[in-house]
Amino acid sequence: MATHATHTLVGERMSDADAPNFLDLEGEHHPEGSTMLGFWIYLMSDCLIFAVLFATYAVLGRSYAAGPSPKDLFDLPIVAVNTSMLLFSSITYGFAMLAMEKDDLSKTQLWLAVTGLFGAAFVGLELWEFSHLIHEGATPQRSGFLSAFFTLVGTHGLHVTFGLIWLVTLMVQTRWKGLIPENKRRLMCLSMFWHFLDVIWIGVFTFVYLMGVLQ
Amino acid sequence: MFANTDLQHLLLGRLTLEDIPFHEPILQVTFAGVAIGGIAVLAAITYFRFWGPLWRDWLTSVDHKKIGIMYVVLALVMLLRGFADALLMRSQQAIAFGANEGYLPPHHYDQIFTAHGVIMIFFVAMPFVTGLMNYVVPLQIGARDVAFPFLNNFSFWMTVSGAVTIMISLFVGEFARTGWLAYPPLSGADMSPGVGVDYYIWGLQIAGIGTTLSGINLVATIVKMRAPGMSMMKLPIFTWTSLCTNVLIVAAFPILGAVLVLLTLDRYVGTHFFTNDLGGNPMMYFNLIWIWGHPEVYILILPAFGVFSEVTSAFCGKRLFGYTSMVYATVVITILSYLVWLHHFFTMGSGASVNSFFGITTMIISIPTGAKIFNWLFTMYRGRIRFDVPMLWTVSFMVTFVIGGMTGVLLAVPPADFVLHNSLFLIAHFHNVIIGGVLFGMFAGVNYWFPKAFGFRLDEFWGKVSFWFWTIGFYVAFMPLYVLGLMGVTRRAQHFDDPSLQPWFVVAAIGAGLIALGIGAMIVQFAVSIKNREKLRDVTGDPWQGRTLEWATSSPPPDYNFAFTPVVHGLDAWWEMKARGFQRPISGYKPIHMPKNTATGVILGAISIAFSFAMIWYIWWLAALAFVATLVVAIGHTFNYNRDFYIPADTVARTEQRRTEALAARV
Amino acid sequence: MSGAAHADDHAHGHGGHGQDAHGHGSFKDYVTGFVLSVILTAIPFWLVMGNVIEDKVVTGVVILALAVVQIVVHMIYFLHMNTKSEGGWTFLALIFTITLVVITLCGSIWVMHHLNTNMMPISAEEMRHAP
Repeated sequence: MATHATHTLVGERMSDADAPNFLDLEGEHHPEGSTMLGFWIYLMSDCLIFAVLFATYAVLGRSYAAGPSPKDLFDLPIVAVNTSMLLFSSITYGFAMLAMEKDDLSKTQLWLAVTGLFGAAFVGLELWEFSHLIHEGATPQRSGFLSAFFTLVGTHGLHVTFGLIWLVTLMVQTRWKGLIPENKRRLMCLSMFWHFLDVIWIGVFTFVYLMGVLQ
Repeated sequence: MFANTDLQHLLLGRLTLEDIPFHEPILQVTFAGVAIGGIAVLAAITYFRFWGPLWRDWLTSVDHKKIGIMYVVLALVMLLRGFADALLMRSQQAIAFGANEGYLPPHHYDQIFTAHGVIMIFFVAMPFVTGLMNYVVPLQIGARDVAFPFLNNFSFWMTVSGAVTIMISLFVGEFARTGWLAYPPLSGADMSPGVGVDYYIWGLQIAGIGTTLSGINLVATIVKMRAPGMSMMKLPIFTWTSLCTNVLIVAAFPILGAVLVLLTLDRYVGTHFFTNDLGGNPMMYFNLIWIWGHPEVYILILPAFGVFSEVTSAFCGKRLFGYTSMVYATVVITILSYLVWLHHFFTMGSGASVNSFFGITTMIISIPTGAKIFNWLFTMYRGRIRFDVPMLWTVSFMVTFVIGGMTGVLLAVPPADFVLHNSLFLIAHFHNVIIGGVLFGMFAGVNYWFPKAFGFRLDEFWGKVSFWFWTIGFYVAFMPLYVLGLMGVTRRAQHFDDPSLQPWFVVAAIGAGLIALGIGAMIVQFAVSIKNREKLRDVTGDPWQGRTLEWATSSPPPDYNFAFTPVVHGLDAWWEMKARGFQRPISGYKPIHMPKNTATGVILGAISIAFSFAMIWYIWWLAALAFVATLVVAIGHTFNYNRDFYIPADTVARTEQRRTEALAARV
Repeated sequence: MSGAAHADDHAHGHGGHGQDAHGHGSFKDYVTGFVLSVILTAIPFWLVMGNVIEDKVVTGVVILALAVVQIVVHMIYFLHMNTKSEGGWTFLALIFTITLVVITLCGSIWVMHHLNTNMMPISAEEMRHAP
């Protein structure tokens, strides 16, 4: 190859006749997209934020300060409805991804919209629950337990809200540019984000609501 | 100011004219100095017509090399601020005995030691480490940039915003008086009602977001962007330590962020996480913040270990001894660093079983660290050692760090810790490892990679002057603190009654003075080197007979780093290329795909400063506005699909031709 | 030298994995995941709301175990986790994160429990009503 046309053998240097190729002269090497891995690493870091909030809830979750306890406050049927909202939104997002793989823009948009509605219903129900609790005097300022409860559940809710903003943005962008590779990548990132929030919610309804009522 | 206090309250929150510290002569002088210096810099930029290039080539740049350099500049500037705080403390403690109250009243002294700690860790050590990793890692793995170039720029500006927020506290309001980790209940709303802790919270929160994102970025870079053939066990050791550091950043900084949010809620909303009443538990804060805090120690030291490994093998002309064991030691430290956090609060009272578990894990973590020391020593053994400045820092590190490590193991024994907790012995210990480990490592790295970044070496004489002042100054300043700590003197005291302690403090102050001379010599070193840059010029791109890929390209490297992506066959790729008679190709260039610069990072950084300032001073309209602006700018940025371009092949050819000519003219 | 060796290096360096590691479930995958999730959600709600098991500790352990199973189901069917995507890096990151989450959770609970036992010798019942 051109690289090794000239021989300069000095001292202990090996002959370059058998030297391998040290450069990618043809420009064949293209680093692959790092977005999916990068986003996954972000989700892992987000996991640790929730780990802190769960740990705080685990430690402070019984510091009622003579105030209300989970048994007095939590309304399991509503939590069950809320959980089903998230579950439905998960599968509808899955359908959006399937439509995306078939390059069917209108179907993708339709399923994204349905996902958004379920997500909005989830956030709405959660806000209603919060306002109900605050109305009863169970405010975040009432006790360590309630501080930890509102922060953990609220942080999850904020994530869902952020996901909704992102979802609307992506609906606009897919309408504008179509299902181009960039948009597909973004939809896949949001898909991971959305399903990740589902996983967190499993922890929330089990550890906070069900175990709380169980005590 | 306003006749209508309601209107003033609405517009300016709790900010009033009284919050500008006109009554503090020290701050007035400082402010005058900063203002005059700042005006001088701005005037110089205007005079040299540097605004355009500064904006186009630096502030909006997504080039990892430029961002790396800017990080290091930030670190050096903040080092001056942090060190000024250190001088103030040392001189105060040297004179404040008996009837003499010194010149710093307690409320001011407390702000100074808090600011010193916060600045040195978050805005000196962190940007220094991040800057070096940003500059070196893509070059070492044969990549053209990091995985997410825009994110890199954004991370940098978030770090700057955090630093600016902390600096504003000097002249508007006050800084926290709580110590560098702001433990509640002291940092709670009841005990610290002022803005000090709020400056602390928002400064760190914003910088922390930047750090986390840059960690994600570098992990993805190292995992996905390595040159073909570079398997994990062919990774240069600095890149390995960078990988582990960034893994730690990604896993630890979210914890810091979450804890700060909980403290913020306690202060702003009135929740009860860390309060003493209504079910709060302040010790939970200690627990959580040290789950971040201990990995943070290794976040700082691992890249320094990487630098020392590179420097040792380059200046001994040998392959690093025990590469594999070095990698495993690094990985083991990464994991173990999550199992030792409680040793920072043995005295909390969680009992014998908990304390002995964490004491033992702490002692275990010294084993891989010790293995590393032996690896460096064996690399030096029978090597042809060249004592250039980077190697001097390395040798000094080995001695100093071993002493610091040993006192650390001593503190890991819970009964001993009960005696030494919060004493000056602890202060001496962690300065011993952070100055002797992290800072010496960063200085070695700056001296080692400076020729790569700028195309000329740093002046050897002034480098050595700086080295000796720093090393001697360090021992003179901190050995007395070990003695004082063993005598039972506690940290953070503004005044002492026992005059027999004074000589030790005077010696420590002299040591701080010597370090000041070391910093001065370093500034002279930069100035002299820039003046004599033609004499110190290195056109080869490989001034130290380096072994890794960053030395394969020109100094400074072109925008695209490598005209052709290197193909790696073994460890020490560049060494192998040289040994096997590699010849640089001079034709056949192809267009190179590169990311475009963007101003979004600068804009978001500026908005973040406005947001944090508004939150600190309760200026709610501005906070809401800044928050909405952040969302709009961030979403707006995603609507820009046109983010990259190709450097044409003939531009590459012209750049490479210039290098060919320079190389030919050299002899 | 050349081409073959080169191509070999190329493939070797990257383990031949691609961008398509995520987001590629089939219709069947999603439906299976959904059905399993519904079942795994319904059982714990039923156990708690219907007071099915007398012993609360047992109920607690069972619903926690079901949560773990459901998380695994979500990981496999919705997040399409496997040990091979992105050259195994996503899985490695997940394992590392799970380890740290467990350390953070268990460590905090353990440490704070001992602290409370040693420094605040009052019963859990008293603590609930302590102001």
